[in-house]
Amino acid sequence: MIRAFAPLPAGVYPPNATGAYRSSAKRAPQAPLVAIPHTLSEISGPRFGREALRAGLHDLTRPAGATGEALGQRIMVYGRVSDERGRPERDALLELWQANAAGRYRHAGDHHDAPLDPNFTGAGAVVTDAEGCYQFLTIEPGIYPWGNHYNAWRPKHIHFSLFGSAWATRLVTQMYFPGDPTLPLDPIFMSVADPQARARLVAHFDLQRSSADYALAYRFDIVLRGALETVGEDHR
Amino acid sequence: MNTLTPTQTVGPYFSIGLAWPDAWRVAVDDSGGPRFTLRGQLRDGDGVPVSDAVLEIWQADSAGCYHASRVDGFRGAGRCAVDERGCFRFETVKPGAVVAPDGSLQAPHINVLVMARGLLQQLYTRVYFAADAHLHNSDMVLACVPVARRATLTAVANASNEQVFDIHLQGAHETVFFEL
Repeated sequence: MIRAFAPLPAGVYPPNATGAYRSSAKRAPQAPLVAIPHTLSEISGPRFGREALRAGLHDLTRPAGATGEALGQRIMVYGRVSDERGRPERDALLELWQANAAGRYRHAGDHHDAPLDPNFTGAGAVVTDAEGCYQFLTIEPGIYPWGNHYNAWRPKHIHFSLFGSAWATRLVTQMYFPGDPTLPLDPIFMSVADPQARARLVAHFDLQRSSADYALAYRFDIVLRGALETVGEDHR
Repeated sequence: MNTLTPTQTVGPYFSIGLAWPDAWRVAVDDSGGPRFTLRGQLRDGDGVPVSDAVLEIWQADSAGCYHASRVDGFRGAGRCAVDERGCFRFETVKPGAVVAPDGSLQAPHINVLVMARGLLQQLYTRVYFAADAHLHNSDMVLACVPVARRATLTAVANASNEQVFDIHLQGAHETVFFEL
């Protein structure tokens, strides 16, 4: 079969059927995924440059229309987006969303009894530069309870959505924070079987990049699938 | 050493970050060919509509060419969050046949990505069209799909001449999803 990308290694992408994650029970497909050749449809993909961005989406602490600044610990999240061969993902659109410092989303479906922050929407977007680098300013999200099981808590996390260079390299993931005691209890984080791969979802605290008297910094590098140098035959 | 970043679920609150006004309009005028509506409903293993999911599509123009950026009134990519009844729709043009790596032609198709709470990986599938059935036997991707399941990848025209593509995450009519 003609494959433009290397096969996914075992244990890195979580299986959809993950028993501990209750929402997957009626939603995870039961039939095995059907392997298909990588054609032009899979190796091409949409590009969204800076023109797709509304102003101010790189700074979630002062959203458009807000009268003040969001409450919470200011953090600067930065990193490099590359493919698995180390090549930078240039001009890649990165969309993100998160709960506020109290662990509450500005969403009609979130009924958690924690306060909303009038100065925080939790929506952001950035585009990577020529080296694949990005950064945005936000506040540290709170841990919040959810209904998966009794006394279930979601670790602090920021949702990331990325368009790489191909339809096949589209990535939706979540960034977590080091030292969070709820991480090993979370069925979504723990759905990644390979512990080294799981660790790659946790950002690194970076004192050097922190802004003295203003904001802490966290580094979160992201690696997307990357096209092989030559399209290969994968005889599986 | 492998370095890939794992996937995680889009969760129930994606609309905060994945708002993209009018993104269901892949074609805003007829410059790329006559427009039609692609619509459908997303259901879970109990047949219950999934009301918190978002779909994206990626497709060639009517000549079978992909364009990474907008060309006139056509942008090739679209996004639609389902409504409370699990329904989605896109306004677009019929894609042309896309060349395959072996030089043959793929039957016209629209690439689809399904993201939802409960899905730890995004699901890839394709929409084919019943009107092109004569091209389906020579399609390189459909050739990988058991014959009995191919109908799950085929949209059917309704009385309003819209193309209807329902997606079943589980069950007897489970849609075929791909490993890329």
